[in-house]
Amino acid sequence: MNNNSQAYSATAEVASVRLRRSRWDRARVTLGKAPRSAWFGMIVFAIYLFIALFAPWLAPFDETQVFVTPFASWDATHWFGTDQIGRDVLSRLIYGARNTMGIALATTLLSFAIGGSLGIMAAINRRLLDQILSRSVDVLMAIPSLIFSLMLLSIFGSSIPNLIIIIAVLDSTRVFRLTRAVAINVVVMDYVEAARLRGDGLWWIMRHEILPNITPPLIAEFGLRFCFVFLTIAALSFLGLGIQPPTADWGSMVRENANLIQFAQFDIKAGLTPLLPAGAIALLTIAVNFIVDWFLHQTSGLRDDH
Amino acid sequence: MTTNSTSDTRQKNDLLLEMRDVRIEGFSSGRWHPIIKGIDLTLKSGEVLGLIGESGAGKSTLGLAAMGFARPGCKIVGGSIVFDGQDLAQLPESAKRHLWGTRITYVAQSAAAAFNPAHRLIEQTIEATVRAQISTSTEARKDAVALYRSLQLPEADTIGNRYPHQVSGGQLQRIMTAMAMAPRPDLIIFDEPTTALDVTTQVEVLAAMREIVASCDTAAIYITHDLAVVAQMANRIKVLRYGEEVEEADTPIMLSAPKQDYTKSLWSVRALQKPERDSMDVLLEIDHVDAAYGETPVLFDVSIVVPRGKTVAVVGESGAGKSTTARVITGWLPQSRGEVRFKGVSLPNALKSRSVQQLRQIQMIYQMADTAMNPRQTVEEIIGRPLEFYLGLKGAARERRVIELLHMIELNENFADRLPSELSGGQKQRVCIARALAAEPELIICDEVTSSLDQIVQEGILRLLMCLQEEFGITYLFITHDIATVRAIADEIVVMFQGRVIEQGTKSAVLNPPYPEYTQRLLSSVPEMDPSWLDRLLAERSRDAA
Amino acid sequence: MLKRGNVHPVLATVLKRLGLGLFTWLMVSVIIFASITMLPGDFTEAVLGQAATKETIVAFRKELGLDQPAIVRYGEWLLGVAQGDFGTSFSGRAASGQDRSRLVMDLVAPRLQNTLFLAGITAIIAVPLALFLGLTTALYRNSLYDRIVNAVALTTISMPEFFLAYILILLLASLWPILPSLANVNTEMALPERLIRIALPAMSLTLVIIAHMMRMTRAAVINLLALPYVEMARLKGATRTAVIMKHVLPNAWAPIATVIAFNLAYLVVGVVVVEVVFVYPGIGQLMVDAVTSRDIPVVQACALIFAVTYILLNLIADIIGIITNPRLLHPR
Repeated sequence: MNNNSQAYSATAEVASVRLRRSRWDRARVTLGKAPRSAWFGMIVFAIYLFIALFAPWLAPFDETQVFVTPFASWDATHWFGTDQIGRDVLSRLIYGARNTMGIALATTLLSFAIGGSLGIMAAINRRLLDQILSRSVDVLMAIPSLIFSLMLLSIFGSSIPNLIIIIAVLDSTRVFRLTRAVAINVVVMDYVEAARLRGDGLWWIMRHEILPNITPPLIAEFGLRFCFVFLTIAALSFLGLGIQPPTADWGSMVRENANLIQFAQFDIKAGLTPLLPAGAIALLTIAVNFIVDWFLHQTSGLRDDH
Repeated sequence: MTTNSTSDTRQKNDLLLEMRDVRIEGFSSGRWHPIIKGIDLTLKSGEVLGLIGESGAGKSTLGLAAMGFARPGCKIVGGSIVFDGQDLAQLPESAKRHLWGTRITYVAQSAAAAFNPAHRLIEQTIEATVRAQISTSTEARKDAVALYRSLQLPEADTIGNRYPHQVSGGQLQRIMTAMAMAPRPDLIIFDEPTTALDVTTQVEVLAAMREIVASCDTAAIYITHDLAVVAQMANRIKVLRYGEEVEEADTPIMLSAPKQDYTKSLWSVRALQKPERDSMDVLLEIDHVDAAYGETPVLFDVSIVVPRGKTVAVVGESGAGKSTTARVITGWLPQSRGEVRFKGVSLPNALKSRSVQQLRQIQMIYQMADTAMNPRQTVEEIIGRPLEFYLGLKGAARERRVIELLHMIELNENFADRLPSELSGGQKQRVCIARALAAEPELIICDEVTSSLDQIVQEGILRLLMCLQEEFGITYLFITHDIATVRAIADEIVVMFQGRVIEQGTKSAVLNPPYPEYTQRLLSSVPEMDPSWLDRLLAERSRDAA
Repeated sequence: MLKRGNVHPVLATVLKRLGLGLFTWLMVSVIIFASITMLPGDFTEAVLGQAATKETIVAFRKELGLDQPAIVRYGEWLLGVAQGDFGTSFSGRAASGQDRSRLVMDLVAPRLQNTLFLAGITAIIAVPLALFLGLTTALYRNSLYDRIVNAVALTTISMPEFFLAYILILLLASLWPILPSLANVNTEMALPERLIRIALPAMSLTLVIIAHMMRMTRAAVINLLALPYVEMARLKGATRTAVIMKHVLPNAWAPIATVIAFNLAYLVVGVVVVEVVFVYPGIGQLMVDAVTSRDIPVVQACALIFAVTYILLNLIADIIGIITNPRLLHPR
């Protein structure tokens, strides 16, 4: 080329260069831009976590301690009254945070351990393993999971370990599907092909090429699955088939105190008592949903067009 | 209709469209960015204006703005768009609707996506005409068939009764032109209408479009990134870059005497030339190979010889089997028959049975640098991995070598800790080249490595590849569909068509007569930077046919 | 076997989908049947009581067919199910061998009718409303209206069904007692009476379903609106209504059918909790009671009915998707 005054240089090509910041700085900037709903979610979640962790110190009474008057009304000793056999409702609410959240968390973790690892394996080995796993998951998902867990609980009986295993296994089908779908999108990328052509082993590829790229959607899904598991356990407990008394748990507390609602006309506080645990469940799921929504916006880079 | 009476009385050379200081913004990363930064554009009736520029220049956005339309996520923030006395920038959408589809029509880039799969083609062709009551349904149908015929569509009488998925891409693009032409509009916007087509199909579509635009005396804005294509279509050319006008001139002047350096750089690849060398030493030999994806056979009896230290260009249209050949060589797709020999030694078919040394000696560079790099690894990790894996380099030694490689690809150490998202398109492709170099290979397979890059960046990459070849004696197998690129870099050329090798030979032998029939058609279909090229070609072809 | 080429692709795809549905149903029936064989050995005692004599236990085991291999029992069970015979309930048996148990079918049939009644009423209200909300929020997305509807929907989804139900009870049955909080219907009741009784459960279910369905419809419509041929239609000067009716809707049946089927299936599950809250004599309540008393044949029957509904709804949605797909309707 003659008389090209515009000297070309590769380094000068315009790219979208971000300021390089440390991880902590970046987190702070991102948090600073978080919408109000996300802040609300994070604060609520932090409070719940605090209550769950320090339940024995925060609760005025033990979760199983029985007082003389059942269905006592709200007063200075029993802020939210007592339940049908005279246990302090506030204390049970506080312990309930620990029990219900703890069990839901354990279940979700187990479900991800099962579904996640199988999902990645199926995505890499698209032949027999994928076929078998995918078909089995299709069949398992053809039965509504609440119905399936009811059936399994009727056979194995409802104890906390049974509850965790049954729900985790049923829920892992959904985790499997998502992980597999997300991982397949990554597996077909040229950089995975490049790694395989280089001769890198399966384990290295999984660890370095696939996992870092599927983590964000999986974290978001973890939040959603946690909500779903949490609601399922609450529903089962409410039906009397989940966490069994005397362990305090929000779902069963609703059921136990449900009759109080009829007295709302005479004592609005009594009418509200069964709604407290139900509200506690709802608030937590709303909070987690808000956080997940914001997180998805942050990581996917996908936006609704405006 | 009142709208039509005006177009009947309009004289040629009347001012049809006048855009003044048009500014458009787009929404991304949470705020509004300017896309079009104040452009003027005028168009007389019956005139064809070419809008040319690279990706991100804003040419499609400007083309749509000529209709007063902004895509979701964009908005027209300033300026005036006066079409036949009405300012489209101010008009409400309900008023603009009376112009769209009747007086101003649009031909989209991907015809396959722009047709509704649920309706017959003829229904979609006449939709706007019938709704605007320009003609009755029966008349419109008759006219549509006439248009199909003049666009040289096969079975013009019945092709309209088909559904979009039942006809080919080139035919769909012509039917879309018929759809745009049906209401006999004053202005047609062609938005990269032939970009998605193969060269041999492109010629037919271009000829048909130009013919009908000229015969109906319609004004048009023709948007493309290909200067040679626009040279055939437009009376005047406007060059855009980064949402601003670079220059505008009549086509012959623009081609012979462009003023701006940027415009000159647009045909830089075509200026690149390399003397051809020959060599007897064979590095890679593909011997009577068949291959299939599952049940579908893709390659038939493919034999290619790659001499050491040379560049062998594999050319052909989509579906010719070029990339499949590459996959057989790398072992990604084991062949069903035949043999691949590297330095005289037969390579195992399957990837798994090849030794690390065999893998190291053949490296691959992909078309899309975006998907070829893990978005969560830094440049150092990307280039460092083959160093560690093949050569056992670790720690400081690895870091030193990464920086050396970065300098080889004309970048520097500051790039080492960047993520791919922080690089430009050309820089990404350079990093991919460095990753291939890191393995110290003998053969690099380049799969359309420049086709998704802008012209000026393409030239830089091709130059780099040539320098590296001089310095290290690397052999390239260069897969491309672009003849200009082939002219620039190849020593030998392999022409493929429908999974078969049509011919292999030195560049001078393949690019000069006598040609096998397909090579002749392929080469002659490549648009040239000469406004009379299409006329000449059509004249030649009709002479040959006669 | 079917020969390719002779059969219309739509028919071939539908048949394939039907085959898959049948296979799924068979597998599900195996799982449900297998549940009874997984019972711990002492369950006869649990059913008949500790005082059960050896003879009654043996007789009971024989009645269940536990002396035969599992395959044979599965075959007989499946044959029975096909004729509407789900066996005999465990409840009502005593250690003495006295048997006042009832046929599972007699227990299930009236309950199933009630549940279908409740679910049907809910669907009639919820489906059109949700589709309307989903469509309008998609069309006017990011407007104030869209934001409000979305926020409400997200909140509703996050709440357990029983929370919504109790709020409704608190407001409409307790504080302002307009509607009955117990939905104890029976067959003698006239239709208006029954409708009033189920007003609250139907409202709770509607709220839950609408939120889910509206969000899914919105997402599906936004996807469709982003397609190039929709932009093309606008650029051909079609009005908003014409774009929707002529260009979006003909291609929208498959996603809409999927959304509806998914949510009706969800309704089937939501019914369980809501029935318990309102003490509604439906199949969900029956199943919960049977699970509590470990009345396995009844649990099996209920689970099978729920599963079949679920599979059937998804099957119908897929078939609608297949027969409205122009690519299959008009093959090359």
